[in-house]
Amino acid sequence: MYGNDFSAPDDAPGGGLLGEVEAAEAALREAAARARRGGPAPDEDLEAYFADVIDADQKIEPRDWMPEAYRKTLIRQIAQHAHSEIIGMQPEGNWISRAPSLKRKAILLAKVQDEAGHGLYLYAAAETLGVSRDELVELLISGRQKYSSIFNYPTLTWADVGAIGWLVDGAAIVNQVPLCRCSYGPYARAMIRVCKEESFHQRQGYEILHTLAHGTPGQKAMAQDAVDRWWYPSLAMFGPPDGDSTHSAQSMAWKIKRFSNDDLRQRFVDMCVQQAEILGLRIPDPDLRWNDERQAYDYTQPDYDELMQVIKGNGPCNRQRMEHRRRAHADGAWVREAAAAYAAKRSANNKEKVAA
Amino acid sequence: MTGSFDFVLSLGDDALIAAQRLGEWTSRAPEMEEDIALANIALDQLGAARLLLTYAGELEGAGRDEDALAFLRDDREFRNCLLVELPNGDFAVTMAKLFFLSAYQLPLYTALAGCADERLAAIGAKARKESAYHLDHAALWVKRLGDGTEESHRRMQAAVDEVWPYTHELFAADPAAPVDPATLRADFDATVSTVLAEATLTRPETGWTPGGGRDGVHTEHVSYLLAEMQVLHRAHPGAKW
Repeated sequence: MYGNDFSAPDDAPGGGLLGEVEAAEAALREAAARARRGGPAPDEDLEAYFADVIDADQKIEPRDWMPEAYRKTLIRQIAQHAHSEIIGMQPEGNWISRAPSLKRKAILLAKVQDEAGHGLYLYAAAETLGVSRDELVELLISGRQKYSSIFNYPTLTWADVGAIGWLVDGAAIVNQVPLCRCSYGPYARAMIRVCKEESFHQRQGYEILHTLAHGTPGQKAMAQDAVDRWWYPSLAMFGPPDGDSTHSAQSMAWKIKRFSNDDLRQRFVDMCVQQAEILGLRIPDPDLRWNDERQAYDYTQPDYDELMQVIKGNGPCNRQRMEHRRRAHADGAWVREAAAAYAAKRSANNKEKVAA
Repeated sequence: MTGSFDFVLSLGDDALIAAQRLGEWTSRAPEMEEDIALANIALDQLGAARLLLTYAGELEGAGRDEDALAFLRDDREFRNCLLVELPNGDFAVTMAKLFFLSAYQLPLYTALAGCADERLAAIGAKARKESAYHLDHAALWVKRLGDGTEESHRRMQAAVDEVWPYTHELFAADPAAPVDPATLRADFDATVSTVLAEATLTRPETGWTPGGGRDGVHTEHVSYLLAEMQVLHRAHPGAKW
């Protein structure tokens, strides 16, 4: 595809995480090769069988029996992820028309297109759980299902496109790499593909910031400003602190979720510090420092009250993002109706031909 | 028209401005699949634009690269046809624009693929495959909308009527060019007639035939389009991105 024609600097990030994705993919193949037990015995307790499959680190597949709460949790989580991809097209799409070079325009267009692809792919994974894409789109549009709160922040400058790639995609990958080992097969497989592309996006974002940080003073200031604004919202992407997280314990037991919010947040912080040094940009946290005892960085927590406000709909762009999606959906209704009518006519014509 | 610089520049500008307009659809398409398809076509157009503008810059020999040509020319220096700069309108207008553009670009790139200029021939060979897909995609939508519902038929016919006058500029004779656009007309007419008939749409009568894009005399829309496209690049003179 056009636009992927740049070479990333040698010190670009993503290598370690990509390695984890590949390891997860290998584990998935290996688990498939081990072949699960041949299904539950006629008089076997289905719940016990389900627990066995999970314990053996094998995958639950669409036709397997599963607890209703497991199904619901997965639908909610996969749909929320799909919605995030679709809404996430807006903040970055905002800069396609103004990208500062043709190469950057091509890369950005391709990236936003990838997000649409991820959305479709994830809706398809959710559909294996017995819900339709139309239903899920309706849940998004009516505001009954959420998308990642990060996309309720505005992209004010070109450097925001770089910061989203580096920080937001970076946080998304840290969140999603463990999902490549999720107990539900279709989701795990979808995440492997998504993570590979996301790690590519993260490199692109990093490269944008790298170029800006080594450019004119105006460009460097733009890059620093973007990092200043996106750092804490990116930390908040891992969700509330472990003590306040409502879904975590059960999801961990089901191997849908494999690390706690705070563990993943820490992993992200530790990953970013070194990358920021190479970029020559400052992480806006005066209390960020290495803790020898913990072998990790101490850092300032994001403002969780702000996160709660954004989740409730009071972020800078919640209304705008929803309005945009609703309008696109409504404006396209006559086109979808026409396509359906045309398809119906064609299939009626074909039937006549067959009958004749 | 004059030498091959102008010719290549005009094709590059067609592709660039078409890409810019198609890119505006991102996150706004009627279906997610269509969002992906429109971005794909925008990427193809942008890719062709980059190859053509780079080559135009080399032909000119004044040291201008693709970005200098895209971001640092004013509207009177752009050589694209008026068709591509027209606003997107509704989905029917966008499909009418894309249908007419690709019905012109396909025979154009095909002819270029066999021309004596090796660079242009290579670009034509690559781009014609993409144009074939664009034409296929647009023609399918013209048929779906033309022969879909009453509303879609009305909108598609209105779109064809609105855009049709701007197609004539594409075929203005230029015997000195590597491919004379006038020679592409028959191919275009045949495609258009077949698809419109299948779509139960009426081909408009030819009356008003606006033009001037190839001489840098555009519609009022182009200056706004360029203002948006060029704003960031121009705000940081000499910066690298």
